[in-house]
Amino acid sequence: MNRIKSLFQQKNKEVLNIYFTAGHPTKDSIQDIVLQLDSSGADIIELGMPYSDPLADGPTIQDSSQKALANGVTLNYIFEQVSLIREHSQIPIIMMGYYNQMLQFGEKKFLKAAQEAGVDGLIIPDMPMYTYEENYKDLFEKHNITISFLVTPETSKERIVQADRLSSAFLYIVSQSSITGTASKATEAQKSYFNMLQELELKSPSLIGFGIKDYESFHHACQYANGAIIGSAFIKTLESSELPIKETVDQFVKQIIIPA
Amino acid sequence: MNYHVDERGFYGEFGGAFIPEMLHGNIDKLRQEYLQHMEDPSFKKEFDALMKDYVGRPSPLYFAPRLSEKYGAKIYLKREDLNHTGAHKINNTIGQILLAKRLGKKRIIAETGAGQHGVATATVCALMGLRCIVYMGSVDIQRQAPNVARMRMLGAEVRPAESGSKTLKDATNEAIRDWINNPVETHYIIGSVVGPHPYPDMVARFQSVISEEMKWQLQNQEGRDYPDYIMACVGGGSNAAGAIYHYLNDERVKIILTEAAGKGIDTGESAATSILGSKGIIHGSKTLLMQTDDGQIIEPYSISAGLDYPGIGPMHAHLIDTKRAIVQYATDDEAIKAAFELSRIEGIIPALETAHSFASLEKMKFHKDDVVVINLSGRGDKDLATYIEYLNDFSQS
Ligand SMILES: Cc1ncc(COP(=O)(O)O)c(C=O)c1O
Repeated sequence: MNRIKSLFQQKNKEVLNIYFTAGHPTKDSIQDIVLQLDSSGADIIELGMPYSDPLADGPTIQDSSQKALANGVTLNYIFEQVSLIREHSQIPIIMMGYYNQMLQFGEKKFLKAAQEAGVDGLIIPDMPMYTYEENYKDLFEKHNITISFLVTPETSKERIVQADRLSSAFLYIVSQSSITGTASKATEAQKSYFNMLQELELKSPSLIGFGIKDYESFHHACQYANGAIIGSAFIKTLESSELPIKETVDQFVKQIIIPA
Repeated sequence: MNYHVDERGFYGEFGGAFIPEMLHGNIDKLRQEYLQHMEDPSFKKEFDALMKDYVGRPSPLYFAPRLSEKYGAKIYLKREDLNHTGAHKINNTIGQILLAKRLGKKRIIAETGAGQHGVATATVCALMGLRCIVYMGSVDIQRQAPNVARMRMLGAEVRPAESGSKTLKDATNEAIRDWINNPVETHYIIGSVVGPHPYPDMVARFQSVISEEMKWQLQNQEGRDYPDYIMACVGGGSNAAGAIYHYLNDERVKIILTEAAGKGIDTGESAATSILGSKGIIHGSKTLLMQTDDGQIIEPYSISAGLDYPGIGPMHAHLIDTKRAIVQYATDDEAIKAAFELSRIEGIIPALETAHSFASLEKMKFHKDDVVVINLSGRGDKDLATYIEYLNDFSQS
């Protein structure tokens, strides 16, 4: 069974998904970061595929992507690292990136490589739902790779239902209308958006992302979904920490899941 | 064959809207409403009146006698350089600002390369009293200083794009990110026939006034309403799209597009997208773009900020793929030479972008009766600092 699907069967509260850009801060840090995230208590890993033109991302992820590319990270390198990680860990791993990366690699080849490496799911924010449904759904299923679609405060109910139907891992709830790394504001409007989503009684588990950065914002988000996603805050910590990588990662995760 | 956009926003396999969900609401609303607004008689009336009295249209179709003699054909110049603000870009910004008002938007953002689109956007925002923010690569801010000053004088805020190559591609990324962050009050006036559907079609329609006029102007001057050749430079492709729009399905008319070869196609410093590019996605559109094997977008190079873009509009990708259009390439040096030639034999200083199209004249084989229209997309005032560097090379003493 797919590792993400079995995770949600065992755990449906306070699921912690951590995103980082593969190959940042150093090219060879991917394995160390993932293995430490796993042992410190993260539930899902989201590996960012560094991209030259990440349209939906703020300065932190743009910058980490530039650095990872300058470090020489390629898709093949990421697949290799994932297969090495699989010798030690069964934590669910998602790759997140842009549609052009998959197109240029070749979609079939990409899905095959992902499956062989031990990747469980993909998030491709600029791949339209209809494109997925018409061209790729069967292929994803054949390779046992899940997909998650995004919904935002501007997404219509009709589209939310569609995104829920097509998402095979979880629904990615974008907390606010913004690019990644923008501080989340717990406004009334946000609250009613989260409530509205809960009332729809969607079939997929859901994770809230964008602007989640610490114990408080993580647990706040978890009131409205099965868990949350942290990205930019973790990348900033990796970048600025003076401790060795493993300790940095461990401290970061502990401070998210254990009250101060 | 039909070369216009289809119902799903594609030109053959190119086009579409490959955008993150955060943009979906705005793009979808535009898609549903743009034609309805554009075809509304009161919209048309307002658009036509501004085109006439504010922009100064129709732009002349000028028969260029000395150029014709030199290249052995009947060469006409479509004088978009005489428009208010000095280029074709204003045709599109007038249209989009009227649309933005009808969509109830209060804040306008735009990207700009050469600054022509930025100036044209700042101008229409001043005209309509809307707030205007223009993203411009910091490299382009350096090389197009007069246009930066013009935008500021017109009341726009110019925000430098510091990511990536710090040119047009990155300014476009920044504008899109701004729109993601400000989805409700803001309209994004894109400057060329690029971006997600419906932008390429919408911008092409606003620019199509160029070929609409060309038809009756040719009828009056040549006794037939079509030329044998239309020539235009291509950055994203909006001036070209406007110049060919009404002839797309008329295969008597040959289309010659000129791309910027920079220092030469094989030098690694080029913006010749159609030859160096492959199929992929840029700024929400499936098209031809310059990229690595891993799908990373390559930073282009051209002396001309308006052509320094790694992609090309999806309409043009389709025209090139189906061989409906022929592509020529002009290097920096060839463009500079052509700019001096046009200045000296017709008394017209063209924009650097436009000069690329004139550089292709040398590579064409015309019959003496061929009717050729070159779209003179803009004037060269903004490029004087660049031209001055070459004055000695072309001194006539
Ligand atoms: C005068 C002029 N011509 C051409 C272009 C290229 O754009 P497009 O290919 O959209 O016409 C520009 C862009 O700034 C321009 O200023």
